[in-house]
Amino acid sequence: MCYCQKLHKQMELGMVQGILIEGLVYGIMVLGVFMEFRILNFCDMTVDGSFPMGACILAACLTAGLPPSAALVIAFAGGLIAGLVTSLIYTKLRIPDLLAGILTMTMLYSINLRIMSNKANVSFLKIPTVFSNITKYMETAVPQISPDWGLVVFLLLTVAVLKGLLDLFFHTDFGLTMGALGANEQMIVSQGVNPQTVRTIGICLGNGLAALAGAFGAMYNGFADVGSGTGVVVSGLASLMLGEFVLRSNHIGLQTLRVLIGSIIYRGLMFFGRSYGYKIGLTSNDLKLITGLLIILCLALSNANFFAYMKEHTTRPPKNGCCKSPAGGRA
Amino acid sequence: MITLEDIGIVFDAHTPDENIALKNINLKINKGDFITVIGSNGAGKSTLYDVIAGRKQPTSGRIMLEDENGKERDITHDPEYKRALYIGRIFQNPLLGTAGKMRLEDNMMICSRKGWKGLRISLNNRMRAYFREQLSVLNMGLENRLNDNVNLLSGGQRQALTLLMAVMSKPALLLLDEHTAALDPANAKIVMDLTRKFAKDYGLTVMMVTHNMQHALDYGTRLLMMDAGEIILDISEAEKAKLTMDDLVKRFKEIKQHGLVNDQMLLQ
Repeated sequence: MCYCQKLHKQMELGMVQGILIEGLVYGIMVLGVFMEFRILNFCDMTVDGSFPMGACILAACLTAGLPPSAALVIAFAGGLIAGLVTSLIYTKLRIPDLLAGILTMTMLYSINLRIMSNKANVSFLKIPTVFSNITKYMETAVPQISPDWGLVVFLLLTVAVLKGLLDLFFHTDFGLTMGALGANEQMIVSQGVNPQTVRTIGICLGNGLAALAGAFGAMYNGFADVGSGTGVVVSGLASLMLGEFVLRSNHIGLQTLRVLIGSIIYRGLMFFGRSYGYKIGLTSNDLKLITGLLIILCLALSNANFFAYMKEHTTRPPKNGCCKSPAGGRA
Repeated sequence: MITLEDIGIVFDAHTPDENIALKNINLKINKGDFITVIGSNGAGKSTLYDVIAGRKQPTSGRIMLEDENGKERDITHDPEYKRALYIGRIFQNPLLGTAGKMRLEDNMMICSRKGWKGLRISLNNRMRAYFREQLSVLNMGLENRLNDNVNLLSGGQRQALTLLMAVMSKPALLLLDEHTAALDPANAKIVMDLTRKFAKDYGLTVMMVTHNMQHALDYGTRLLMMDAGEIILDISEAEKAKLTMDDLVKRFKEIKQHGLVNDQMLLQ
């Protein structure tokens, strides 16, 4: 094996761990997005603010000397509060969901700066965290493999526990009610349950998960940045749709599983874009464009009408010679 | 059991668009009544339902609920979800009663007990057996489809399921809002027959809006006719048994004619 091949192989190996770590960390956030966008049918942009909020809270707590576990809990609680604010704006002031989320997200930018004592970027590389402890342990115990694998295993376990808890939650009477709320609010009202309460709890949990993901992400990076939330919701949606493309099921366990699979695939695609995109002239500045196009593509493909449209316009010969009927243009 | 006292609703009051949807509604719904409600479009039938169910607030009057001990309680300002604990409602649209993207057993689980749901996992094999037993009453083969998503069922099946789920919770009052109007004749008949059967078996108090005059005569123990926001006819069981469709049309015309004459007299 020549040196060049070896280098390439090493890079690819690093790539796999990187994708898995990113995919799992962001996967926690995508679980939150799944809960809000799919289960509750609530278009919540708050996640763009609660994700960096988790990172900021973690940085603030660690620099203040709190243990990482406590920092994670506080970050999760911060996300819950962010969700509560959006929910109150939506339910009490009757402001549409999209705007309510954007308002909270915008306000959170200032809050996040406050949390980090008016600094836009806080590094805590020197403070030991769960991640750095695992890396250190791996380096001494099993130096022959990359220490990142330790993080992969840790995250796999963490995410598996979170997924299991969520699955369990959706099997409870309350979880079932929440599932029905997104599909049919009238049904929930008819069952004597206040839909606003159920929705509020869902939004809070979704944002809590997003903040937790932000905290884990910051731990992995070793720093927190107020700007790290830009486009998080959109990337979450892209992951969600990729997952739905891979697995079709009405079973909640598989639905949460495909969320994680989608997240890993999405991070893989982005990693690919970053590593090899330069060959066709792409830079990391183009990633958001790629994400957007990816979502449009997923939406177009997963839209049932799209397949019907393709079938109609490719297999059947055109009626009356060449002209399409005006009704056939857009279904 | 539920009494409406001087209920009135005015939309866009004090504007050129002012619309009196209900006026002077006085209605006592007795326990065990099966009331059929007829009336033309815009007569106020749906608004009356919305007021009883708590979806719309009346601008005047009050609604009283009498509990089992004979105690009266003002429920005029209770929100819809609170009243839903004892008032069941089935809509014309069969999709409104069930969550299509969820499995049949999940739907039944949600509806099996009204009120706040806790973090318990109640769906077990005992519940499934109970659901199967209940579903077999419908005679639609649904008892073998507990794992199917509800959006795979036909409109008639969904409406029958909604009816069953509403009945299972034993509401004090069941409001049926033209619940067979969106179904094909065969399914409409099945659902109507089930309605009659459930009302009898469970001793339900039912209010049923229908566009079908014959249904209004064939079903129920009491008939209400609405027009222009008012209850213009309240026919008891004994009287209703003798009534034919022609009589009903004639009486409607009589009352309307009367109103017309009065208006003309006023103008002169």
